[in-house]
Amino acid sequence: MTDRLIRRVPWTLLAFVAALCIPLVASRFYTSLATDILILALFATSLNLLLGTTGLVSFGHAAYFAAGAYTCGILMKNHGVPFAAGFAAAGVVSGVIALAFGFFCVRLTKIYFAMLTLAFAQIVWAICFKWNDVTGGEQGLANVPYPDLGWMAAIPGLGRMRVGEHYFYVTLVLVAVCFLILRRITESPFGRILTTIRENPERAEFIGIHVRRYELAAFVVAGVFAGLAGALFGIFNRGVFPDFGYWSKSAEVLIMVILGGMGQFWGPLVGAFTLTALNQQITSYTEFWPMVLGLILIVLLYAFPAGILGTLVGLVRGRRDA
Amino acid sequence: MDSSFLFGQFLGGLTAAMFLFLIASGLSLIFGILRILNFAHGSFYMIGAYLAWQLVHILGPATGSFWLAVFASALAVALLGALIERFLLSRLYGREELYQLLFTYAVVLVLADSAKMIWGTQQLSVSRPPSLAGSLTLFGAVIPHYNLLIMLLGPALAFTIWLALHRTHFGRMVRAAALDREMLGALGGNVQRIYTIAFAAGSFLAGLAGALVTPIKTVVPGMDVEIIVEAFIVIVIGGLGSLWGTFIGALIYGQFLSFGILIFPRFSIFAVYALMAIILIIRPWGLFGKPLPR
Repeated sequence: MTDRLIRRVPWTLLAFVAALCIPLVASRFYTSLATDILILALFATSLNLLLGTTGLVSFGHAAYFAAGAYTCGILMKNHGVPFAAGFAAAGVVSGVIALAFGFFCVRLTKIYFAMLTLAFAQIVWAICFKWNDVTGGEQGLANVPYPDLGWMAAIPGLGRMRVGEHYFYVTLVLVAVCFLILRRITESPFGRILTTIRENPERAEFIGIHVRRYELAAFVVAGVFAGLAGALFGIFNRGVFPDFGYWSKSAEVLIMVILGGMGQFWGPLVGAFTLTALNQQITSYTEFWPMVLGLILIVLLYAFPAGILGTLVGLVRGRRDA
Repeated sequence: MDSSFLFGQFLGGLTAAMFLFLIASGLSLIFGILRILNFAHGSFYMIGAYLAWQLVHILGPATGSFWLAVFASALAVALLGALIERFLLSRLYGREELYQLLFTYAVVLVLADSAKMIWGTQQLSVSRPPSLAGSLTLFGAVIPHYNLLIMLLGPALAFTIWLALHRTHFGRMVRAAALDREMLGALGGNVQRIYTIAFAAGSFLAGLAGALVTPIKTVVPGMDVEIIVEAFIVIVIGGLGSLWGTFIGALIYGQFLSFGILIFPRFSIFAVYALMAIILIIRPWGLFGKPLPR
């Protein structure tokens, strides 16, 4: 009875409405934290399309994040392109790069796939790091401008807010739309085929599925959304740096997905939230955040391999079955 | 460019290659036997370097104490590796590869911060042992005696590992474990013990490389993640799990790096990753490896 009630509640919509209220009730600091979480959640969810849905372990997802961040940042800062165009361009460029890299990656399996994604990501990083004329090299691209959001002041209730809060709303709406699209993709026949491939690639091949082509499609979609997340992040961060594409960034986003639960659509969101909020809390006490992260990861791998959301869902289901 | 300069560049590449071989051979050994890509291998190298610095600091700069420090550090790292494998990693066998990979990454994070807590973030350096402080001039290129020793040590170690794997009873067991873990277990081999020893041996090599590199490179935080990617490149070139492949891979990589800087100074790192990607695309099992059984 209660279960049915719980399931009837439009949780996603409620969460969205709750998120809309954040700048109204919370301080500027928490609004900025929420922006950070939203963007990283999109990044992690894009990876989960590969990891959780298709069963492909990419160790170089940061490449597409960095590509998107640089594309949008360079266009907006050096060429005065409006945000909407820069944002779209970030998705296109990341998608094209993912198509080029993915074409080779999906031909390999398991560990070799992971290694090749890593190699490609390091190539992107090396280019960002050394191509001074375009990417700013080691120094990165500082002072990426905020988009022109003056028009938002005309919306009732938002008039007295600053650009940071306006940017939160832009991020919230864009990320929510991306989530909707990703959710539709995951639940579409296309997404079901990806799951079939994860469960058993040989059998998928037997029933006439062109496994590589589907994997490549998933790789490109994941790349596009990682690029969009990167574009949002570059502006939020007020700068784009080569580190965005370094392999440890790819590892970080993998941890977010695993922490939240890669079997769940909203798992990466939970992971991004937990990790970012925890980071914020812990770094105010100690500089040794990586140590804490490592220990969390170890506990997770041994005690809760299904991740936070996966474990919770398991608990609820277990209770229902009992 | 005169020939002595080129020769010096060649020797520089050779020295770098020998260090890379030491590290990558341990990584390759562990991958070949346990089928785990150990991200923490670079951290073992870093810990070896820090320990060597610490021991030299305590024991003093004499030649004898330098070597003592080097071997003690390598042994300590081997012990650390054995403990990690026995009590943590072994519980993850049979789980998805991703979990093992992430576990080794967790070790990277923990060890990196542990080193920062103990030794801080400043650059530490160790001077060459006095008996090897001199240098030799060959074809106009100056080679420090220490580097010369490293160049000889690399092949010697490669040969020793080969002997240990191919000419001893234990080596046969190790190779059997690499080929078919279940079969060896069914025949009464102690697979767990072999895994622990192999992991410890791999860690020993990483620790040894880290300790030996201290007179040439400064010891700094971040040396772990930098070297691990290089070691990955080397074993990808040579072939995952292949000893001689790793040796050749290290030689190729060393020369690629030292001449790459001359030919395309700004894009040498790029070229190295491109090389790795190209090899993975055309021969994923590397130049000397064999395709993995599915």
